[in-house]
Amino acid sequence: MAEAGKTIEIEVLRYRPEQDATPFVQSYRVPFTEDMSVLQGLQYIKDHLDGTLSFRWSCRMAICGSCGMMIDGKPKLSCKTFLREYHPAKLRVEALAHFPIERDLVAGVDDFIVKLESIKPYLIPKEPRRLEQGEYLQTPHQLEQYEQFSSCINCMLCYAACPQYGLDSKFTGPGVLALLHRYNADSRDGGREQRMELVNAEEGVWSCTAVGYCSEVCPKGVDPANAVNQNKVNSAKDYFLRWLRPRGTGK
Amino acid sequence: MSPTSNEPVSGRRPYMRSMEGWWRRNPFFVRYMIREATALIVAAYALVLLTGTLCLSQGEAAWNGWLAAMRSPLAVALHLLMLVAMIYHTYSWFEIMPKTMPAVFVGGKRVSAATITMVGLAAAAVTSLALFAVVRMLRP
Repeated sequence: MAEAGKTIEIEVLRYRPEQDATPFVQSYRVPFTEDMSVLQGLQYIKDHLDGTLSFRWSCRMAICGSCGMMIDGKPKLSCKTFLREYHPAKLRVEALAHFPIERDLVAGVDDFIVKLESIKPYLIPKEPRRLEQGEYLQTPHQLEQYEQFSSCINCMLCYAACPQYGLDSKFTGPGVLALLHRYNADSRDGGREQRMELVNAEEGVWSCTAVGYCSEVCPKGVDPANAVNQNKVNSAKDYFLRWLRPRGTGK
Repeated sequence: MSPTSNEPVSGRRPYMRSMEGWWRRNPFFVRYMIREATALIVAAYALVLLTGTLCLSQGEAAWNGWLAAMRSPLAVALHLLMLVAMIYHTYSWFEIMPKTMPAVFVGGKRVSAATITMVGLAAAAVTSLALFAVVRMLRP
């Protein structure tokens, strides 16, 4: 219930491909309560004011990574951002930056999905084990090497935070490189050789200029900038050490 | 059969927004651009020192001329400006340093990003002061 008739103004950057040549701003006034998230504000608009508004959401508790959008110019999960942070002023929401707008707040993420698949985001066992040999053991220290990077929920806020990706979308980008590192840094994984080619490429870690905003906006504390920049060292090692490796063992 | 009978019609017309003026949109990016710009000042100061070395190789008169030029009020003001830029440059790089290295463990505990930054800044301060002391001692 709205507290004593309080309201808040939400401006939405709208785009309907079948009728709009360019996006435009549409303003809505929604009832305001202290505990309402921005996502709930949008749901109010869709349910009561304008059923044509499109946006993605699913879990509404910062797990699924669907509801990322620009809120007053900053990439945020709309379920984890509250209207009270802006009230009594208005706020403005827009589809995730650096991605094409598909419709309203829905960004086209095809590029991200292709990149995500390309890094083989799964364990490629170092030594295949039979069931009777039991599980792959790992020490707490080994776990700590990759654990934070495994928290990524593919919400793409880091891509909307990365000007290098915005300027040239050939860059593999923070989130996917962080996931690449998550598997490379796993003591059970043996797929490093296959992934290093993507790390070493110009579109790999070397397109990063250490802006660091990706880590700032990550809602799960993944620190993609750390993963990317650690891999500049790994990439340099990979380059120089290949001269030392015996012939025939390299690519 | 018409050529498009079974083809689904796509209404997709993705709209790409401009990156024009991107770094002015967010204070974080402004700080980043200042960090990058101060690198040019670091390079400029290297050129100033290089000019000094060049003058030194060309004999006493050239060297004294360079020293006199460095003492002019304009040169002193520029030095102060460059010092501020240099300090910001140092700070901004040690601020990002924890992101550039693998996790460091001391006694089984992970060293925090703030500690890494502080150690870097302290090392920069100590070496700068030590260098300053050496220069003072060597002064005729």
